[in-house]
Amino acid sequence: MKTALQTTGLLDIESLDRSEIESILERARYFQPLQNESFRRSDTLRGKMIVNLFFEASTRTRVSFEIAARRLGADAVSIAAQGSSVSKGESLVDTLNTLAAMRPNAIVMRHSASGAPHFLARHLSMPIVNAGDGTHEHPTQALLDALTILGRRPKLEGLRVAIIGDIAHSRVARSNVHLLSKFGSEIVLCGPPALLPRELASLAPGVRLAWDMNEAIQGADVIMMLRVQLERQHEAPMSAGEYFRFYGLRPEHIALAKPDVLVMHPGPINRGRELSSEVADSQSSVILNQVENGIAVRMAVLERILA
Amino acid sequence: MSRNLLIRGGRVIDPASGLDAYQDVAILDGRIATAGERVAAEGIPVFDARGMVVAPGFIDMHVHLREPGIEHAETIESGARAAAAGGFTTICCMPNTLPVNDSATVTSYIVQRAREVTKVNVFPIGAITKGSQGEELAAIGSMREAGIVAISDDGRPVMNARVMRRAMELARALDIPVIDHCEDLNLSAGGDMHEGVESVRLGLRGIPSASEDVMVARDLILAELTGARYHVAHLSTAHSVGMLAFAKVRGLEVTCEVTPHHFALTDQRLADYDSNYKMKPPLRMHGDIDAVIEGIASGVVDAIATDHAPHAGSDKMQEFERCPFGITGLETAMGLSLTELVHTGRIPLMRMVELFTSGPARVLKLDRGSLKRGAPGDVTVFDPEREWVFDVQQSCSKSRNSPFDGMRFRGGPIATIVAGEVVWRA
Repeated sequence: MKTALQTTGLLDIESLDRSEIESILERARYFQPLQNESFRRSDTLRGKMIVNLFFEASTRTRVSFEIAARRLGADAVSIAAQGSSVSKGESLVDTLNTLAAMRPNAIVMRHSASGAPHFLARHLSMPIVNAGDGTHEHPTQALLDALTILGRRPKLEGLRVAIIGDIAHSRVARSNVHLLSKFGSEIVLCGPPALLPRELASLAPGVRLAWDMNEAIQGADVIMMLRVQLERQHEAPMSAGEYFRFYGLRPEHIALAKPDVLVMHPGPINRGRELSSEVADSQSSVILNQVENGIAVRMAVLERILA
Repeated sequence: MSRNLLIRGGRVIDPASGLDAYQDVAILDGRIATAGERVAAEGIPVFDARGMVVAPGFIDMHVHLREPGIEHAETIESGARAAAAGGFTTICCMPNTLPVNDSATVTSYIVQRAREVTKVNVFPIGAITKGSQGEELAAIGSMREAGIVAISDDGRPVMNARVMRRAMELARALDIPVIDHCEDLNLSAGGDMHEGVESVRLGLRGIPSASEDVMVARDLILAELTGARYHVAHLSTAHSVGMLAFAKVRGLEVTCEVTPHHFALTDQRLADYDSNYKMKPPLRMHGDIDAVIEGIASGVVDAIATDHAPHAGSDKMQEFERCPFGITGLETAMGLSLTELVHTGRIPLMRMVELFTSGPARVLKLDRGSLKRGAPGDVTVFDPEREWVFDVQQSCSKSRNSPFDGMRFRGGPIATIVAGEVVWRA
């Protein structure tokens, strides 16, 4: 019998159960050491074709999925929306029908519209991996964040995690909230009122909201900074200077957190916009580990879906 | 073509007169001739209505027929067929066609075309402003002469309060109601669904209840200022119900309608990003549904209207945020009302019939919606117990955008009779 992952793919973290997440993370841990041996490949997915369909600009996620697919022996084809028929006005449905005719074994998709992969999954039979949909979810990011945290902490349960910035428009925040909540972390979401709808408090158990950054960081084990999503904000909640003053992470904030706090950021970072250079380059920062772990997690996901 | 019919042995429900009895109804020369325990039939066709309810012809005061201009989604003919299949004998079509119905020319076209292609009564609603742009008043007087029964910039609400005031003053003089799609476009800008826990969870932009509430409040104040008859289209929030109740107590001539989807569905249905749940106003939350149903039961709500909004399949086959708003509703309205309101015990059958007949007739001052002697011979026959499943592929509408495909209903139409002629039969 096929699992939900094998039939529909990975659309979001919200609908995954804890054991499914655990097994992906466990498998990702197995793949971690392989990253440094770039010539060693597995052939688990030999003969499988994966189409990476990126309707929205992305470098690290796309490359990370490509590398993950190749390391497993799969054929990976990447199609960027810019320059393809998509920019010539072809509808999503037409693009999908064309792709379906190519019979890939899985489609990895990033799209600026929330729910676009769910739409795809309703109309196509092959599994879909959501590589970020609008302001909804970015499941593999949350998985790699969990892998990164678990590299430094024994478990997620009881950890205090502060997620700071443009929560309203963040798919990274949503996926992380769902994942961390399933494992019993305490989550504080922090941002200016316009970017922190009060309904977020009911997104998952263990979530509370704070407008004040000091309050959010107090005693935190993990601080996740979010990129300011200028392209998704339809009105500026405050000026850039005002934003950094109240929601930018600076060294003095780190002192409020636990001594061995981890500072994370999904990238790409805007230095001086959401965190200072000192913090980005400090000992607490695990931002580069996040990038490395991305490949291992995506290998685990592709393998679980396709092997 | 016969304009005579004897409808025999049904349970006759006529809210206008409070009648609920097993009787015969005779239609002679297209008009209600008599209703009595046993009418002598001599040489006129007989419709056997035993086991069924016989009601005045149902009126849907809010539909979109897409003609002229968007005929690939619906035509007057296909929309009217869907209406008849849903038990409606009368429909009122909103002006957002191409061109917009903002002149006597377009109004006359619709009236003329309807006469040619359907027996169902089609009454146009004219635009409030030219092109529904919200700036300059449309040719409301001329449209009135050409046959409009109300004015509305449905879908493109008049944001300028001064323009709305002038429209209300004119409408009062012409004795027609102003129907408003209440939405503050600044508050709802870019929104795709109700703003709440679900929109936050799905990462979709929200339309707050406040965007409806502030416009209802504004309009009620203007209605009091101008003395106009004012009608809220597709009311959907708890606050709006409260404000309408307050305004009625205050003695204003204000009315409102509710759509079946707003009393039957909540925003939780959007979990799968299915664009057949995308409409304006958006599906709200449980508290709103309870308030809306309470308003239906208590008498605050005057009519059930479908806001039948056909869209071609390709328009709804897109990313959720790109899909147009609106769903079809003519063929499912009665089934939903019986299933969700009557059989759940929320309202009596008489009240449901009122919301489809004398209720909207009163709002629009139509000489219809009752079985009194001399009234137009429009009758809807339905079976409140018939179990059936809606198959959207069998719909008479040219469009397929219904969230009720595959839904099982208890109760539905049996026959639709216009001016003594059976125009549709189950």
